[in-house]
Amino acid sequence: MKQDIFQAIADPTRRAILTLIAIQALTPNAMAEKFDMSRQAVSKHIKVLYECELIKPEQAGREIYYHFNAKKMQEFDNWLLQFRQTWETQFNQLDKVLATIKEQKK
Amino acid sequence: MNNNLLFDFNVDKAAKTITITREFNANLSLVWDAFTKQEILDQWAAPAPMRCKTKYMNFEVGGQRFFAMISPDGQERWLLQQYTSITPKTNFKLYNSFADKDENPELPGSEWNHNFSEQNGVTKVNITIFNESLARMESMSDGFIKGYTIMLQNLEALLTVSSQKNL
Repeated sequence: MKQDIFQAIADPTRRAILTLIAIQALTPNAMAEKFDMSRQAVSKHIKVLYECELIKPEQAGREIYYHFNAKKMQEFDNWLLQFRQTWETQFNQLDKVLATIKEQKK
Repeated sequence: MNNNLLFDFNVDKAAKTITITREFNANLSLVWDAFTKQEILDQWAAPAPMRCKTKYMNFEVGGQRFFAMISPDGQERWLLQQYTSITPKTNFKLYNSFADKDENPELPGSEWNHNFSEQNGVTKVNITIFNESLARMESMSDGFIKGYTIMLQNLEALLTVSSQKNL
């Protein structure tokens, strides 16, 4: 199942991973070391972040480095902006409906 | 129209929560009705050029509103809102989810909490949405959301013009 990006970034460890790799791409082993976690725990977080496309793997020799996918975060922010616009538009419509009802009651 | 009315939109990514606050230039009873009566909801609760059509609505705890958002080309996207708590003219909570046309919800959805208060004839509505799912929003059919952002921008310009004419 496709991961929900909201769910992915709600977890503090995953946010910390994102913050870290936004600065520098890391291998899973390096992440495990920095966060003092088992390799297995790191793999779980990577899977979630990868499935919602917040991180991208890149092979370098025998190692896989994970990069932060800033574009995906931007998409998410755009979606939030769009969601905000939806509400704004609806509420402006409601202003008119309320004004009409008030007028009718007079 | 009063342009000093508050509109606040806040996202807490860590808490998976979106908070929307808006003031309306009307008394509490009227605003409460606008959020809880289907004949008024259908007049505003979809962003133009989309419109919404409520098939049925039982505003009571355990009841639900089954409605469609209809795009200009006639595509229908069904939604189900189940009322989980109601304190008249103060608060109501619902569980919002997309659904198929046979009322089967597509889970997970999101929890919506509405608070109402009035001061000096201005009613403040505060809506908290917990875990609105991006994947769900993306699952809305193509052309439904994507093309429609552009339409929204066009419309905004149009609305500004027409509301000036109405003054």
